[in-house]
Amino acid sequence: MVRDDDAVFRALADASRRHLLDSLHARNGQTLRELCADLDMTRQAVSKHLAVLGEANLVVALRHGRERRHFLNPAPIADLAGRWIGKYERERVTALAELTRELEQESDD
Amino acid sequence: MTEPAFVYQTDIATTPERLWAALTSGELTRRYWYDRRIESDWSVGDPVRFYDGDTDVVTDTGTVLEYDPPRRLVYTFRPEMDQHGEPVDWAFTRVAFDLEPLEPLEPTDTGRVRLLLVHDRLASPEEAEGWSKGWIPILTSLRTFLQGPDPAAPAG
Repeated sequence: MVRDDDAVFRALADASRRHLLDSLHARNGQTLRELCADLDMTRQAVSKHLAVLGEANLVVALRHGRERRHFLNPAPIADLAGRWIGKYERERVTALAELTRELEQESDD
Repeated sequence: MTEPAFVYQTDIATTPERLWAALTSGELTRRYWYDRRIESDWSVGDPVRFYDGDTDVVTDTGTVLEYDPPRRLVYTFRPEMDQHGEPVDWAFTRVAFDLEPLEPLEPTDTGRVRLLLVHDRLASPEEAEGWSKGWIPILTSLRTFLQGPDPAAPAG
């Protein structure tokens, strides 16, 4: 998990990439062409930044017909927030143990 | 005009079968989905219903569009009541879950699955924003439910 966090922080440690995320926050699902127009960056620069953001799972590209649309992915930041905001929750561990039991019972049936 | 959607992608230390069970078993959805119990016979065209775990009231409904265990699950979805419990008549949206097994990070890993949620057929970007507030706690809680708390997190 540490490796994932490193990729997120590296990706966020760049003003251009944060602008890209802001642009997607303002209008989610933009194509590469739309992002280039919005940010006044070259296609190569936007592509390169999107690759880093994708590597960190902060942006997800989905094919939509002929185009690829880019969406903000809240998961890495939500997981990071949980790391420091959420307290260690014992009932979740119990829940996990129960899940294992339920699945084992299912496969026994 | 880009069609609004809410997209969430997360890697979970679990197996596709366990994640599939967590998405389709009412006893398991109760554990991480605001105490909602999902029920369906899971053939394409079958109704999907969410029940409040406490009162058994139907809170959300839909129809199975795709059922391909343990890879892809798609159903239509709409709430039957607003946040105050008043009945509503809203348009159906669409929820799609894709499960993709990942290569283990360490040889000792028992498995990792990439879960992609796409919630679309939404009326507006504001609606997508509204759904994100509901989804994020459900999905972070699903991840914790399946893999336990983050071992790197400080114990509180």
